Amino acid sequence: MISLHHITKTYPTRKGPKVILDDISLGIAKGEKIGVLGRNGSGKSTLIRIIGGVEQPTRGYIERGMTVSWPLAFGGAFQGSLTGLDNLRFICRIYGTDITQATPFVEEFAELGTYFREPVKTYSSGMRARLAFALSMAIEFDCYLIDETLSVGDTRFHEKCQIELFDKRADRALLIVSHMPKQIRAHCNTAFVLDAGRIERFDNIDEAYASYAKRT
Amino acid sequence: MDTSTPLRRSLGIQFGVIGALLMRETLTRYGRRNIGFLWLFLEPMIFTMLITTFWTLTRGLHGSDLPIIPFAITGYSSVLLWRNGASRCTNAIRTNTALLYHRNVTVLDFFAARLLLEIAGSTTSLVVLLVVFILVGIIDIPANPIMMVAAWLMLIWFTIGLGLTVGVLAERSEGFDRAWRTISFLLFHVSGVFFMVDWLPSKVQEWILWVPMVHGVEMLRGGYYGPTVPTHYDLGYFVTFNAVLLLLGLFLVDRYKGSAVAQ
Repeated sequence: MISLHHITKTYPTRKGPKVILDDISLGIAKGEKIGVLGRNGSGKSTLIRIIGGVEQPTRGYIERGMTVSWPLAFGGAFQGSLTGLDNLRFICRIYGTDITQATPFVEEFAELGTYFREPVKTYSSGMRARLAFALSMAIEFDCYLIDETLSVGDTRFHEKCQIELFDKRADRALLIVSHMPKQIRAHCNTAFVLDAGRIERFDNIDEAYASYAKRT
Repeated sequence: MDTSTPLRRSLGIQFGVIGALLMRETLTRYGRRNIGFLWLFLEPMIFTMLITTFWTLTRGLHGSDLPIIPFAITGYSSVLLWRNGASRCTNAIRTNTALLYHRNVTVLDFFAARLLLEIAGSTTSLVVLLVVFILVGIIDIPANPIMMVAAWLMLIWFTIGLGLTVGVLAERSEGFDRAWRTISFLLFHVSGVFFMVDWLPSKVQEWILWVPMVHGVEMLRGGYYGPTVPTHYDLGYFVTFNAVLLLLGLFLVDRYKGSAVAQ
C-alpha cells in the first residue's frame, strides 16, 4: 500500500506561489491499475513525481509500503560517455540488485548487439529508448509509475514492451499518465481525475471519462 | 517522508549509492583506457612535483634555510585538497540532476562522491611524495607523524564543510559561482602555502590567523619539522570554524533538497 497524506505542492512563480496539488490524500493498493486523467498542467506529472520521490511535497507525507519504480518516461538519464553496460551497473548498484543476473536480460531485451558495450553517446534515439526500457525492467518493483505514452521503437519492440510490463507483471500496481484513453482503458480499472489541484477517484473508467469530459 | 526503513538498510543503500556514483565519476573523468583512474593521484602529484622543483631552483629568493621540499609538498598538497575539493563541488548538482530521478539518490550523495575522490587523490599524492622522498633520502623523516595525520584530518574536515557550502551556494547563484573562482584564488595566496606565520610581521600575523586553512598548514608543517621550527596555530579556532562550516554546509544541503528537481 502506498498512502499519500494531505499532499500539497506549490511552485514559486513571479506572481507568488501557484498551488498544483491541494491537500490530496489517496491510497494505492497492491496490484491496482490506475489511470490518471487531467488536462495539461493539471499536475499529473507532478503527482507521479511526488509518489516516485523525485520531488518533495510542500506539505504532507507519503508512506511507501511497497517498492515504487522511478517514473518511467522512457527517456532515460544516461551519462553519454558511459556504455550501456556501465549504465546498467550504475542502476543495479543504486537499487542493490545483482548485476550478473540483470546483465543477460538487459543485453537480450534491448537488442543493442555490440553497442551494449559502446558509449551511449553513439546510440540512436531508438537505441537509447530501448536501453531505458530494458533498464527499468531490470529492477523489480511492486508498483510502476508510467509517465507519458508507451511508444518505444518499432511495432514489434513496442509489443515486446507491452508484454514485459503488462503481462509478465500483471500482479503489480500501475499508475499511468496518458493522453490516450485507449491506453488507459486497456490497462486500468480505476482512475484518478485531477482538476484544479483536487483529485477524485473513480472505480469505473467510463464514469471517470464522463466526469473528465464535463470539466473540460 | 519514507517511513519504516530501518537505519541499517538505509545506510546500506546510501553506501551503495555513493559507491555507484564514485565508479561513475571515475569512469567519466578518467575513462577506461590507458592508466585511467591512476590520474586521480598522479595529477596532484605531478603538479606538486613541478612546484617543488621550481621552488628548489629558485630557493635563493625565499630567504629561509628551512628544507624547501617538505615545505612545498605540505603546502601544495593542502591547497590542492581544499581548492579542488571545493571547485569539484560547484557543479556537482548541475551535472548530476538527472540522477535525482532515482529516489535513493540525493544531492548529498553527489557531494560525498566528489569529495571522497578529491580527498583520496590529494591524500595519496601527499603520502606517496613524502614516502618516496624519505626513502630516497632527500628529506628527513617527520618529527611528529601523528601530528601531521591530525593536521591533515582537520584539513579534510575543513574541505568537506567548504565543499558542501560552496557547492550549494554556487548552484543557487551564478554570481557566487563566478565570484568563487576569484575568492579561492585570493584565499590560496593567504592560506599559508608560501610562508610560515612566524616569518610575517606580528601585525600581519594577527590578521592571517583569521584564515582557517593557515592553522591546518602550520600544524602540518609543525608535525613535519618538529619543535625547532616555531609555528603559530590555534587548534580550538580551527575546530570551531570547521564545526560551524560543516553545520552550515549540511543545513544548506538540507534546505536545497526540496528545490532540487530532475528535469
